[in-house]
Amino acid sequence: MSIGLAHLNCRELVELVTAYLDGDLSSGERKRFDAHLSACDGCTMYVEQMRRTIELTGTLGVDDVSREAEEALLRAFRDWKAQ
Amino acid sequence: MYDAGDAQLVERLRAGDEEAFRELIRVLNPSLLRLARMFVPTAALAEEVVQETWLAVLNGIDRFEGRSSLKTWIFRILTNTAKTRGERERRSVPFSALDAEDGGFEPAVERSRFTGTGHWAVPPRAWPEDRLLAKETRLVIERAIERLPPSQRSVITLRDVEGWTAAEVRNALELSETNQRVLLHRARTKVRRALEQYLSEEQ
Repeated sequence: MSIGLAHLNCRELVELVTAYLDGDLSSGERKRFDAHLSACDGCTMYVEQMRRTIELTGTLGVDDVSREAEEALLRAFRDWKAQ
Repeated sequence: MYDAGDAQLVERLRAGDEEAFRELIRVLNPSLLRLARMFVPTAALAEEVVQETWLAVLNGIDRFEGRSSLKTWIFRILTNTAKTRGERERRSVPFSALDAEDGGFEPAVERSRFTGTGHWAVPPRAWPEDRLLAKETRLVIERAIERLPPSQRSVITLRDVEGWTAAEVRNALELSETNQRVLLHRARTKVRRALEQYLSEEQ
């Protein structure tokens, strides 16, 4: 990723947030990103909101296996075992 | 990666331990179904693909060498089974085609919120913490995820709802590093925007 990081502005920073949070930026890019954040309240708020968004998404429930599906699979397992 | 927990589970499966199999299907079946659904036209077919996958897992477990994690191995079987099935049903939906649906570049934040030099003109405002934690807010997130294109929805579901690593998602969905990141970025960005919009409405 390299979108004019020498002059990283807010519009560019918001496009790098996912790479930043996943630790995919080079060390130079990361330094510029952090330097921008330390001087910019808007971007600090934006990154914080992305973190909260990810955190809240993580609290959504994962579907459970239906009882019928589980029973059907366990029957298949017993058949396999009996082979 | 393949670890001690995996090794133990594999041993128990090989020994015909039904409880081990039950544990595994409880953990993996919902994501398997969700992924299968992306390759075949109906929910019923997706269920068949998943059943076929589990049979292939059982029949192949003796040959599983632990070169990837058990989960990655199972998802690879699912992807192959689903693709074969999708082709047979004349509706193969490879991820390259799904990526195309996303079209060109979509900015994370509307252009109008920046000045000509790319600085915030309308910066994000703090979110009210009490409303953020309300149950209703979770529904807003769920609805935003439902509205995403399937490829973005799969990636955000696996990464952020189910907590998979980027590498696990790339392997399961056969995505490049860049595609995985772009899909996740777009998905998260849209969920954040949905939250921002909802939280800025007067109550």
